[in-house]
Amino acid sequence: MKVSVTVNGRAYEHDVEPRTLLVQFLREQCRLTGTKIGCDTSSCGACTVLYEPEGGTGVGKLESVKSCTMLAAQADGGRITTIEGLADADGTLHPVQQAFHDHHGLQCGYCTAGMVMAAVGFLDENPAPSERDVRLGLEGNLCRCTGYHNIVQAVLAAADKVQA
Amino acid sequence: MIPAKFDYVRADDTEAALAAIAEHGDEAKFLAGGMSLLPLMKLRLATPTVLVDVGRLRDLSYIRDSGDHIAIGALTRHREVETSDVLARHCAVLAAVAGEVGDNQVRHRGTLGGSVAHGDPASDLPAALLALDANFVAQGPSGTRTIAAGDFFQGFLETALQPDELLTEIRVPKSGANGFAYQKFNRRAQDWAIVGALAADVNGEQHVALVNMGSTPLRATAVESALAQGASNADAAEHAADGTEPPTDLNASVEYREHLARVLVRRALEAANA
Repeated sequence: MKVSVTVNGRAYEHDVEPRTLLVQFLREQCRLTGTKIGCDTSSCGACTVLYEPEGGTGVGKLESVKSCTMLAAQADGGRITTIEGLADADGTLHPVQQAFHDHHGLQCGYCTAGMVMAAVGFLDENPAPSERDVRLGLEGNLCRCTGYHNIVQAVLAAADKVQA
Repeated sequence: MIPAKFDYVRADDTEAALAAIAEHGDEAKFLAGGMSLLPLMKLRLATPTVLVDVGRLRDLSYIRDSGDHIAIGALTRHREVETSDVLARHCAVLAAVAGEVGDNQVRHRGTLGGSVAHGDPASDLPAALLALDANFVAQGPSGTRTIAAGDFFQGFLETALQPDELLTEIRVPKSGANGFAYQKFNRRAQDWAIVGALAADVNGEQHVALVNMGSTPLRATAVESALAQGASNADAAEHAADGTEPPTDLNASVEYREHLARVLVRRALEAANA
């Protein structure tokens, strides 16, 4: 079946099997491999991208979803932002990316794309979070390097920067 | 992990969804948000040959004040239940429990109707709706019928819905912001409850529901009748595991679940009545 999506502002259309997962579509068809497959069971959040269905959800913005637990077919006609779509064209990092860099919010980096996307979606919903809010907001993302402390500090710093 | 092959049919309205499911028979399944069904399909524990995607039936996504109850469209997402002003005023307990489902990403996709139709005894919302004496509206080839939550959950992932029926609406009685508390015990934040306990004041009665203490969501009837007879929260909670047949799995033995049920029901009752 034909699936058309807009990813990071660019239109993609590919003919895929109905069982194709959104994360496969992004990585193998769109060749955007920044989005990672981690647990593949919607636990770890490494595959998190921002998504708005065709016609919107009524909230008027993109929301974090786990692309390993969504069919590409479900996303047909929708808008997606992946980690590749965050930085400006001139290479200036998104405030959340910069904050992860500044606060060393990663060790091995495997969870990072998903963490950053979940954090961007979370801050869009809650621009002035407490530390507890951040921890709850990121509960769908696992870091096995036990790096949560710096990740939380990064997200709080990014919130301050976006607010300022 | 990739699901087994299936044909995909996108329904643009309720009639088209019912027609598609009637055409393809009981090998077909409705797909709403997919937060329960897709993981089962990826593990090949479910292998429907046709998926009828009802995820775009936006006319089944609403939360309305309908006089004595709140009507919620089956395709309403957990995030919308969690943040609804109408529910905050008239059924705060349901909004609070919706906020405990999975994680943000899951709540952005998962739907109330999907969770109910899946009927997982380890899910938060089916037990909450059982505690609240909710009613479920189902539409099928022979018309529309209303099913009480108490008659709906019949076995493990088995509900009163016929294969050709679509759950369209969930009705919860108004309970305002009456005392309630949900105690969910799990190892990782976004996991299903190892055991969960909900205490809620429904029209002046204390209702108690249990998550993951049997093959269906359960009411802790022994606790409720002890409370009705004047038992203290702590004494009533001692009956939390009475008559239950909890599962054994990697997380917990039967005995541990029974212990958790007693502790969590006591905590829920104390918090609900604080």
